Amino acid sequence: MTMAPETLKKKAAAKPSSPKVVFERPHALLPAPFTYCPGCPHGIVHRLIAECLDELDVEGKAVAVIPVGCAVIADNFFACDVIQASHGRAPAVATGVKRVLPDSLVFAYQGDGDLASIGMAETIHAATRGEKLTVIFINNAIYGMTGGQLAPTTLPNQVTQTSPYGRDVSEAGYPIRVSEMLATLDGTALIERVTVDTPKHVRAAKRAIKKAFRYQMDGVGYSLVEVVSTCPTNWGMTPQDSFAWMRENMLPYYPLGTYRDVLAEGFSNIAEAAQARAGACPIAIEEGK
Amino acid sequence: MSEKVLMKGNEALAESALRAGCRFFFGYPITPQTELAAYMSKRMPKEGGTFLQAESEIAAINMVYGAASAGARVMTSSSSPGISLKSEGISYMAGADLPGVIINVQRGGPGLGGIQPSQADYLQATRALGHGDSHVVVYAPSTVQEMADYAYSAFDVADKYRTPVMILADGMLGQMMEPVVLPEPKDTAPEKPWATVGHAHARAHNVVNSLFLVADKLEQKIQERFVRYEAIQRDEQRFEAFMADDAEIVVLAFGASARIARSAVASAREAGIKAGLIRPITLWPFPTSAIEGTIPTAKAYLSVEMNMGQMVNDIRLAVLGRAPVEFFGHTGGVIPTPQEVLVKIKEMHRKAGA
Repeated sequence: MTMAPETLKKKAAAKPSSPKVVFERPHALLPAPFTYCPGCPHGIVHRLIAECLDELDVEGKAVAVIPVGCAVIADNFFACDVIQASHGRAPAVATGVKRVLPDSLVFAYQGDGDLASIGMAETIHAATRGEKLTVIFINNAIYGMTGGQLAPTTLPNQVTQTSPYGRDVSEAGYPIRVSEMLATLDGTALIERVTVDTPKHVRAAKRAIKKAFRYQMDGVGYSLVEVVSTCPTNWGMTPQDSFAWMRENMLPYYPLGTYRDVLAEGFSNIAEAAQARAGACPIAIEEGK
Repeated sequence: MSEKVLMKGNEALAESALRAGCRFFFGYPITPQTELAAYMSKRMPKEGGTFLQAESEIAAINMVYGAASAGARVMTSSSSPGISLKSEGISYMAGADLPGVIINVQRGGPGLGGIQPSQADYLQATRALGHGDSHVVVYAPSTVQEMADYAYSAFDVADKYRTPVMILADGMLGQMMEPVVLPEPKDTAPEKPWATVGHAHARAHNVVNSLFLVADKLEQKIQERFVRYEAIQRDEQRFEAFMADDAEIVVLAFGASARIARSAVASAREAGIKAGLIRPITLWPFPTSAIEGTIPTAKAYLSVEMNMGQMVNDIRLAVLGRAPVEFFGHTGGVIPTPQEVLVKIKEMHRKAGA
């Protein structure tokens, strides 16, 4: 609906003392400016997480587990309780927290080196155990904090500091598609890959994060949201060119979409979904044990 | 008071931890601590606790890190090669001031070593359980009763000083059965206002963290921690003295080797040699005060260990050149005999002209 300028003026004049807030800092973000590089999507994703914590009213029972990587400083930004984990171990740390505090909302925030290289064992096993926690996985195909080395998600022929002639798959192997791989595990309730390059995609990313948090709070199972992201600094591009490069090169390799959603598949939790996949396990629990 | 029961050392460690209020156990299979994890897997569900077999020792210690951050009394157990894997996580726990109990039922090393009893992790436990300026309180029980006693009190010490605590046992103590009086169950963990349990909009957010990028800030955090370490060194030294009052040949031994050394010392006394035993129960802090008490009569010191002589330098640092310090031991899972130790005591006795 469009309005004539005069109508707009009249509406504004009618309520001069009650300005409507249309945009504000989420409560779950501390009043500190982001100190990530210009154009880095970490700020967008942090904000989406904080908005979800606000809207679900769970900041007070949320515990963030932050990685080694650029987001190691995320305790400066998240207003909920925060634990800084050692490199790659965030899912194990989050497991420890969640087992002690089953009613809390626990999320791990990890990059591709942290999650898919040094921490792959912890990633897979937290997922296959069906830990009731959420992982936010930032995949920008490079190690950011240490200055742009080859990551497990670096694309074939992509140039990095430690693949200066491009990723030679005959030497360095192939990139890992984390979402596709984890979706094969019976412990996973929600696996979704999103990105944050456009307002439309940002809104979709937020919906995915919120759904993941809901699944956790409802005890459905393990959830992971992979955010295909950029690293303008180490890619050596402007933020705009980075998103263009990401769309052109990363999204074909890492297609956006939902890879597992047990509720959408008609189950109420991972146990039901697992049973449907494998059939009833013939080993029954012994009586009286 | 509980009744006396017959238990394996590994099981006594587990049962005592439960009675100290430990309800979270994260481990990974390794010989010779096997019975401990098996016991926990049986008992924890009945106590409303969590037993979780992790995907690795690394994951297990990081689950301990998470559970400790959430304020729980938590434990992991392993044996030498597994402790090496856990040492990174132990360093992070020390750096984040997290309490927790780590059991090391030692076996032979280095590398995969063997599965027979050993004390070859003395230096690792007392010097280098992870990188950085840090210490871990280390108890070396010598009987199944002490396995139970120190597994119980370790949780209190860990909470009091906000530090990881290690029980340094070995395959012999873990496997042997002895009568033991178990401690009374308690639920007396202190309030932990620093824990990351969710702020419930009632306080500023808590952060569990070992990263301090500003050098001055990191130095300050470490210095604050060392004030606590000084208190530990002052108040937590534990040892047992056996026939040490007038001892001329002072034997030092901990854990399983102290059982052997005690027999040798008793035999030496029967042979008319004034031998005595100082048995460190805390390896860090090392009970230097116990050694100081023996200086007036001591003519020589002997360290008996199941390794190549890892405690010798700590004894020398306490003796400060006032008497010779010698070593006798076996390593790799070979256990010294009381007779061998007695021969060494007699030889030192002759040499000292005592």
